[in-house]
Amino acid sequence: MTGAKVLLMMGCPEIPIQTSIALYLSHKLTNLGFDVTVAGTTAASKLLKVSDSDGYYVKKLVDLDKTIVDIIEKRADFDICFAFMHNDAGMTYATTMSSISQARMYSIVFGRNAETLAETIEFDCEKIVAQDVHNPVRLKNKLDKVMEEIVI
Amino acid sequence: MSCIEQMKYTIHLQRISFKEAREYIEKNSDEVYYVSPGYKIFKDYYIIGIPPIAVGAKGNSLIFPYTKPCYGSFVLSIDNEDSIKEIDRLRQTGKGKATTSVKKGKSSESSRAPLASYEDMWKNKSEKLT
Repeated sequence: MTGAKVLLMMGCPEIPIQTSIALYLSHKLTNLGFDVTVAGTTAASKLLKVSDSDGYYVKKLVDLDKTIVDIIEKRADFDICFAFMHNDAGMTYATTMSSISQARMYSIVFGRNAETLAETIEFDCEKIVAQDVHNPVRLKNKLDKVMEEIVI
Repeated sequence: MSCIEQMKYTIHLQRISFKEAREYIEKNSDEVYYVSPGYKIFKDYYIIGIPPIAVGAKGNSLIFPYTKPCYGSFVLSIDNEDSIKEIDRLRQTGKGKATTSVKKGKSSESSRAPLASYEDMWKNKSEKLT
């Protein structure tokens, strides 16, 4: 799958681990040879931009809603999508993405209600679930295993 | 920012789940149509949602869900010349085949996204799951 186009789809940045995991995933996947794009809300993108001001970890940062429109209008698409979600709105966005895109979906579900939220996901995806808010290590470890599987 | 935020709209419900938005639209509209994620309304709003996405008509008002990542889902309505056109478009295309699914491999057709009955959509969905 090296060279595949990967979208990291960030939702509301209210839960701290989203930003660190997005930076980590972007960097790891880029180093593995994937073409990584990170899409976020205005606030999520600003957090990422300030954290990675020289664009060392995130090479392509785009607006989430504009990316969705581009996919609907068939101006863009991806092979793999990691959708971050910690609330119903995030899950709703991810469901929309699964419906409009050909991408293989991975749902990164985190926050205090992660397990309950994960149960509401109806679209076909691999779920990576961690009931964490501040400590990203458990989620990172789960994603490391997912990345190993993707590379094979 | 989509055109919706620059239009005169009424908020019926706010900061709710998408399911609650769907239920409200179904219960409070004279006519209900179901559209795919990415169905385009007005100038440039592509509906974000979980199929089946209910869009309602009540008089000349178009009632629809609106989801923001940090604020959850809203139920909005707009009553103007454009909403009348949108309702007419839903009525005209409302007999389209049910092809919507949350499964992969489906692509929306934006403003031409198919419409379907609730039953047809869930029939399709259950077929995909088996």
